[in-house]
Amino acid sequence: MRRYSKTLVFFLSLWPIYVISYQIIFNQLGPEPVDRIINHFGEWTLIFILLTLSMTPLKQITKSVEWIKFRRMLGLFTFFYASIHMLSYVGLDYRFDFEPLINDVLKKKFIFIGFSAWLLLIPLAVTSSERMVRLLKQSWKKIHRLIYIIGIFGVLHYIWLSKTIFFKPLIFLIILVILLLFRIKITRSASKI
Amino acid sequence: MIKFKNSEITPENIYKKRRSFIKSVGLGASTLAMSSIPFLNKSLASERDKLTSYKDITTYNNYYEFGTSKSDPHRNSQIFKTTPWDITIEGEVEKPIKLSMEEISEMFISEERIYRLRCVEGWSMVIPWMGFSLSKLLSKVNPTNKAKFVEFESVYDPAQMKGQRYPVLNWPYNEGLRIDEAMHPLTTVVTGLYGKKLPNQNGAPLRIFIPWKYGFKSAKAIVKIKFVENMPTSSWMWASPREYGFYSNVNPNVDHPRWSQATERIIGEGVWAPRVKTLMFNGYGDEVASLYSGMDLKKNF
Repeated sequence: MRRYSKTLVFFLSLWPIYVISYQIIFNQLGPEPVDRIINHFGEWTLIFILLTLSMTPLKQITKSVEWIKFRRMLGLFTFFYASIHMLSYVGLDYRFDFEPLINDVLKKKFIFIGFSAWLLLIPLAVTSSERMVRLLKQSWKKIHRLIYIIGIFGVLHYIWLSKTIFFKPLIFLIILVILLLFRIKITRSASKI
Repeated sequence: MIKFKNSEITPENIYKKRRSFIKSVGLGASTLAMSSIPFLNKSLASERDKLTSYKDITTYNNYYEFGTSKSDPHRNSQIFKTTPWDITIEGEVEKPIKLSMEEISEMFISEERIYRLRCVEGWSMVIPWMGFSLSKLLSKVNPTNKAKFVEFESVYDPAQMKGQRYPVLNWPYNEGLRIDEAMHPLTTVVTGLYGKKLPNQNGAPLRIFIPWKYGFKSAKAIVKIKFVENMPTSSWMWASPREYGFYSNVNPNVDHPRWSQATERIIGEGVWAPRVKTLMFNGYGDEVASLYSGMDLKKNF
């Protein structure tokens, strides 16, 4: 079973693709299909950030290192869904019309911060391979701490684009804060040793 | 004043034939054809004046009393009780009155009024409302000379409206208009849509609709109309005064602080339909622009 756990997580992680394909095929995207597609992938990007950030706390709680082997895959899925999210915004919504897009990125803080989060994901995706881990050694860890910033940017992006924080943006915020608080605890206990 | 019945709208296929006829005439007179941009605009206009489907109008709603997701109002409002229902008109008036829904439907005849709804979120619908001008209802009272604004209060009933159990907005929902805006013939008391009774998720039993303002100005399930001296603070102004102004006229040149208002997406047009340009006063400028002459609409957003 353990041998196949990674394969299983891989196919489970494709869940957002199954859902949206079903909705496209059976015409269930609703009255605002473009918005639906963008929001779908945006929300799943956030869920995958939170999942990625959950692996280390889960390791601590369950005292099992098993979780860590999923971390890279979940992180790459975060980048994958973030890229679809951004592409559907740029392509489907704005038809690659870059003038209003650049205007949006510069003037609208929720787009600015969302776009920044996506840019920050690139170095993490590029340096995700085993070879890169070995090559970069200590700096690899430092680079990958960017995920905390990305998580904060991602949730802020959601809060700022919503008309009200109730309830989904608030739920994401609470989970993110809990997951980040774990880090403070972890580093504290580590520094004691 | 735009006020047309469904039957007066030219069916799409005949409309298109007419356009191609006009175009062919235009092509004959070659110079005219070169400058036939108004025709092009018109044919685009036919797409944006197409009625939104009953299903989309009644399942895609912003009505936070029933929940913050677009599908919540339809799901959570089905057992909402709208009878008995009374509306009071009070405040700076000589004699306040209280009217039941029955009295209102006896006193005023609802007619079909097709208006575009532009949501502040950047989407729009074309809705065949049933209703009558608010001015008719307001004429039942005599405002005192102190009255400058009209305030609308929606129902507060957290037992039936579960969204009101959370501090999402400052309940009950509150909106307001200047008296001249309220008395404008386009400002409508809505009692139905598509020739049917108004569905609960659209603001039953009675709501207002102001076609040239963002959708949130058009308060739903109204129980109280109050004439007041000072500019009312609406629920959305209360929530974020920097983002939601008292006027909230549809204006492509004044962005919401967090997103652009230059374009909109037409509901029901599908994945491949492009955004369209938002019109000043939602396309009702000829009728209402004079209400704001001399005003800085950037400041008075």
